[in-house]
Amino acid sequence: MIRTKNPLLPYFFVAPLVLLLLFVFGYPLVQIFDFSFRRIRGIDGPWVGLENYQLILNQPLFHEAVQHNVQLLIAVPIILILSLIIAVILYDRVPGWRIYRTIVFIPYILAVPIVAVVLKKFFQYDGPFNEALRVVGLDLFALDWMGSPDLALWTVLSVIIWREIVFCIVLMLARLLSLDEEMLEAAQLDGAGWWQRLWFIILPQMAGVIEFYFVVSFITMIAAVFSYIFMIGKGGPGTSTMVLELYIFNFLTRSSLPGVASAVSVMLFLVTTVLILILFWVRRGEREQELA
Amino acid sequence: MNANIRDADYSESDSIPAERRRLTPGMVARQAVLLFGVFLALAPAGYMLLTAFKTKEEYLFDKIGLPDALVLTNFSEALVQNPFLLWMRNSAILAIGAVLLSTVIAALAAFAIARMQFRGRDLLLSISTSLMVIPPVVMIVPLFVLYTRLHLMSTFHGTIIIYAGLITPFSVYLLVSFFRTLPTEILEAALIDGASPLGVLWRVVIPLSGPPLVTLFVVNALYVWNDLLIALIFLQSDDSRTLMAGLSVFQGRYNNQIPLTMAGMVMASLPMLILYILFQRYFIRGLTAGALK
Repeated sequence: MIRTKNPLLPYFFVAPLVLLLLFVFGYPLVQIFDFSFRRIRGIDGPWVGLENYQLILNQPLFHEAVQHNVQLLIAVPIILILSLIIAVILYDRVPGWRIYRTIVFIPYILAVPIVAVVLKKFFQYDGPFNEALRVVGLDLFALDWMGSPDLALWTVLSVIIWREIVFCIVLMLARLLSLDEEMLEAAQLDGAGWWQRLWFIILPQMAGVIEFYFVVSFITMIAAVFSYIFMIGKGGPGTSTMVLELYIFNFLTRSSLPGVASAVSVMLFLVTTVLILILFWVRRGEREQELA
Repeated sequence: MNANIRDADYSESDSIPAERRRLTPGMVARQAVLLFGVFLALAPAGYMLLTAFKTKEEYLFDKIGLPDALVLTNFSEALVQNPFLLWMRNSAILAIGAVLLSTVIAALAAFAIARMQFRGRDLLLSISTSLMVIPPVVMIVPLFVLYTRLHLMSTFHGTIIIYAGLITPFSVYLLVSFFRTLPTEILEAALIDGASPLGVLWRVVIPLSGPPLVTLFVVNALYVWNDLLIALIFLQSDDSRTLMAGLSVFQGRYNNQIPLTMAGMVMASLPMLILYILFQRYFIRGLTAGALK
């Protein structure tokens, strides 16, 4: 530790950080609560109580958006299971695993808006995906993946999985590479098979990183998929891919109703906070168990 | 979870035990899974690249195959009709500005948090760290209203502050954990020699912090470069538009000219691809740095 003659010196070092965080996080996080109870026109407006919340809750479009975000949550377990399988195979150091790891990273090099545009064209009704299906005789499955309101959200979901899975694979592999190999070798000497090692030794040690990924990607699916949605179809066809972020975006930029947009922001913020608190709570429980 | 992540680049043994080389059913199944994954990972990128070289007519009849010839007209047309270079310049200004601002602020604070004693230190670190997971969409409404009032809309300095704020919690987290690992003796020696704390940070700590600073640069610059939401809301004028916001205009303009669209997408991917080739290991390190704590 550095001992300073001036006891105020550390505060000079952290002051810019505090100011920046207060401006970009502090001010908005307080203000959304205030805004959500006002009818803001331009920059200010009268107190209207719960009117904004009532407006949202009575709007079918809001319910639809919530439902779509909830549907996107299906991506979380799918990504987790696929990533674990791939990471465990790579961890076994199958021949060529380094090359595989490099290639698996490719979706992450492409920015989300680029991924969204490319895959949108890829899944068009007369696009290459359907053409490939027709070539192999699966004409029956050559559907209008992007244009049909029943399918569009599922297509968006697979686009999201395609890119977001990279982060999960890399994360799981990094955790695997840090496991205690002696324990695994000891288990192998004791006659534990591949599945037994996976189930009783590897997976329990992965619990922490899995919980972490679960919470982070949960937040992603309900509040950080805007780039995909906006580039693929701006919520369309119709309202079939409307999500909460786009709902906020439209109320802010198109309808110019910051009060309503704030009410939705408040709800998203509260859900996020609850999720983080759950993660802290689960982790503390685990730590106490370890100490006991 | 106190995962002590070994760096993925150093900890791999290259030797494959002889039993793993034999062709067992399990081995075949694993290779099959990986090859399928490789195909899925490559197909869209390959489609983008191949289509960019096709003519419009050619694409009508052949959506999957190789292009007949390497025609570059799509690229030149996309470049001539759209201000790609302006968009890229704007994105670069924002990314570099936000990363510089964030790194300076985070380095100062992280040095104090890691190496000095003061009240509220641990609280500040935990608040800053937990802000990493707050989605940006929650903050945009009040900032939008404030920026309209202060005439900061469509300005680079206004938007740089927002981006810098969003990336700084990660910068602080990473630098604090790194500064804590530095040996105390070096810092004390410099202090005894009469250096001020600021001098120690600038002349001793920063020169030792190459790898975390590169990681921060890569991760944070990518975040700003790839962002669409903030760019669409806070940079609405034509001459302040970023590359990602530009792409949304671009794709709408050429709805039916898919090869031209793909040429634009290829050009837009190039800066990131170059960055990846130059800093590959920092990509992977940065990706896991925030997560495994």
